[in-house]
Amino acid sequence: MIPGLLGACQEGLAGSKLVDMSKLLADLCLRAFALCLRAFAVVALGAVAFGCGGGAGVGGDEPGGISPQVMADALHTVIEADRAVYARHVVNRLQDEEQVIEASEHWQDDRALPLPAQMFRMGAELAAERTDRFRYALLSTWPVNAQNAPKTEMEAAGLDALAADPSRPFYGTETLGGVDYFTAVYPDVAVAEACVNCHNAHPDSARDDFAVGDVMGGVVIRIPMG
Amino acid sequence: MRCALARRRESDPMHSTPLKLVWLLATVGLAGYLAFTLASPGADRRFFQPGPLTDGHHQIEIACESCHTPFGGVRQEACLDCHTAELEAALDSHAASIFDDPRNAADLDRIDVRACVTCHTEHRPDITAPMGVTLPADFCAPCHETVADDRPTHRGLSIDTCASGGCHNYHDNRALYEDFLVEHGNGGPETFAGVLPPRETRVSWDAVERAPLTAADADVPASALGDGGRDSFAGAPLTAADADAPASALGDRALIEAWAGSAHAAAGVGCADCHRPGGAAWTDAPALPACAACHELEPEGFLAGRHGMRLAAGLEPMSPAHARLPMRPDARSLTLGCGTCHDAHAVDVRRAAVDGCVACHDDEHTAAYADSPHARLWAQELAGEAPPGSGVSCASCHLPREPRRVAGGERIVVEHNQNANLRPNEKMIRDVCLRCHSLQLSIDALADAALIRRNFAGRPAARVESIDMALSRRE
Repeated sequence: MIPGLLGACQEGLAGSKLVDMSKLLADLCLRAFALCLRAFAVVALGAVAFGCGGGAGVGGDEPGGISPQVMADALHTVIEADRAVYARHVVNRLQDEEQVIEASEHWQDDRALPLPAQMFRMGAELAAERTDRFRYALLSTWPVNAQNAPKTEMEAAGLDALAADPSRPFYGTETLGGVDYFTAVYPDVAVAEACVNCHNAHPDSARDDFAVGDVMGGVVIRIPMG
Repeated sequence: MRCALARRRESDPMHSTPLKLVWLLATVGLAGYLAFTLASPGADRRFFQPGPLTDGHHQIEIACESCHTPFGGVRQEACLDCHTAELEAALDSHAASIFDDPRNAADLDRIDVRACVTCHTEHRPDITAPMGVTLPADFCAPCHETVADDRPTHRGLSIDTCASGGCHNYHDNRALYEDFLVEHGNGGPETFAGVLPPRETRVSWDAVERAPLTAADADVPASALGDGGRDSFAGAPLTAADADAPASALGDRALIEAWAGSAHAAAGVGCADCHRPGGAAWTDAPALPACAACHELEPEGFLAGRHGMRLAAGLEPMSPAHARLPMRPDARSLTLGCGTCHDAHAVDVRRAAVDGCVACHDDEHTAAYADSPHARLWAQELAGEAPPGSGVSCASCHLPREPRRVAGGERIVVEHNQNANLRPNEKMIRDVCLRCHSLQLSIDALADAALIRRNFAGRPAARVESIDMALSRRE
């Protein structure tokens, strides 16, 4: 940009007579505008090229790539396993069986263990800081925190489907914020006494009759589709 | 034959060549000057501001780069560079990470709460509310409009009073969340005799055992010791290595006596430790790094607060002359460093607790302190009539003693960001007010602006009902 502008200045001042200032200014503006346009075009082309190269979703266009459903199922296997281990072998054991330490919603204040749902959420947020390839959340028709009630049509349909038949995950697609997602919803089952005791006693819980083995909510996994 | 237009042009003075030249040179000169100023960090660039900054940022208004990236706007990171630690400490109720989930896309369409500037726009004093909020007061509505469905106690409350009535904050609800209200709101006296925890001041060389020093150990030239020289003090002579201080180091006897009675002398910290930091050349006015060499945690808070943020931004130190709050006229020439409040030689923390503040601050709240119940307690502590920590100085509330996680456990550290627990003031409740007062009185008092101006002489005008609401849900 600078050489163009300097060139305009030099031309303007080089003549034996001073050119009309309005002409000079107009010329300067035009050159600056043209240079901006050129820069914009370069940036836009670069962005398009980058988008084409790196914007593909799971599996991309490559034949034999992992399908969104397989990826979601695999992610859920890990999430569910870690969640069950934390609920059973950390919270239920230390709080309910050995009574060494409690789990508390206000775990920092109470110097306690984070609740399993908080553990889940912290992990989901940390994962989201590191990748935008997928996102997961914990929902329920009977949430303790109202913000975890179903928000999208797909979430509501998924939780309804799991209530009718918890043996199969629910799969669908949806568009959120202009992005297409493959969305999978898996049942979230009470695996230990600690889960049901806390939810049944919590003043913000909509139910007080959960039993171990009940579906208490759902894990939703979203994968953006390129 | 020339046309009329041409004749008019010739008669127009702006079309004469010399004037054109002057105009051109003036324009180019002005443009060059402005461009140079804009590109010069540290230059006074207020001319370019679209409007004045908020009270929290005006100290660094000429350091445009603190917030603006050239041709990049205001990046979110620019806010987070300074505010991340306090948001994390506040257990931010609305952390951006919560909202990143695509399931919140519809909510974010209405209000994108992930970006600080959505709610805190700078340079807009016409729409800026307390805490630098530039949204209308009903900003909770898009997500919490139907709160009364879950909380019948909230029926009939106006949505623009959520954050303005002493009940909720957007970021920091550590003293306001429901279980906290229930735990601390159930009976107990309004006021009781509490004490602040003792400061656990530690320095980076605290493992080193040094022998206490006396005035006779003052490692300055003999000429600095005044009449009688070193013989007038009892104690051991200086070492030869300390005798190379320049003539500019000549002090007076009062300074040396003040130092000799200080915690520094008792801890074996001599003149050269501050005046020749790291073995460098003697300096008459040691700067913050000399203090920070030993006091690790305190400068961090100082630099984050209004007293030190100019230094942190690479500017000249803050001065009462730059302040928007009312300041004493005779303090305008002061500049703020550690020694401004602490007295560089006596390093008396009691002086820093009140006298250091009132030496500059000259507002209604400060003026009302002397006759306040808090000041009476402070006077009793100073007179030795009450136990240490039972008095309430300016510092008790504004430079609070807070538990800080350090390697190996917790330590009580003085938070030197005097503004940290004022934005908003409910941040003060847990570590300050609750030491001596009930949660109800604390919430009520901090929501009463007139009572704050009177420095808490009297009672709160209104009762904030949040504790009653929380307790009613547990019945």
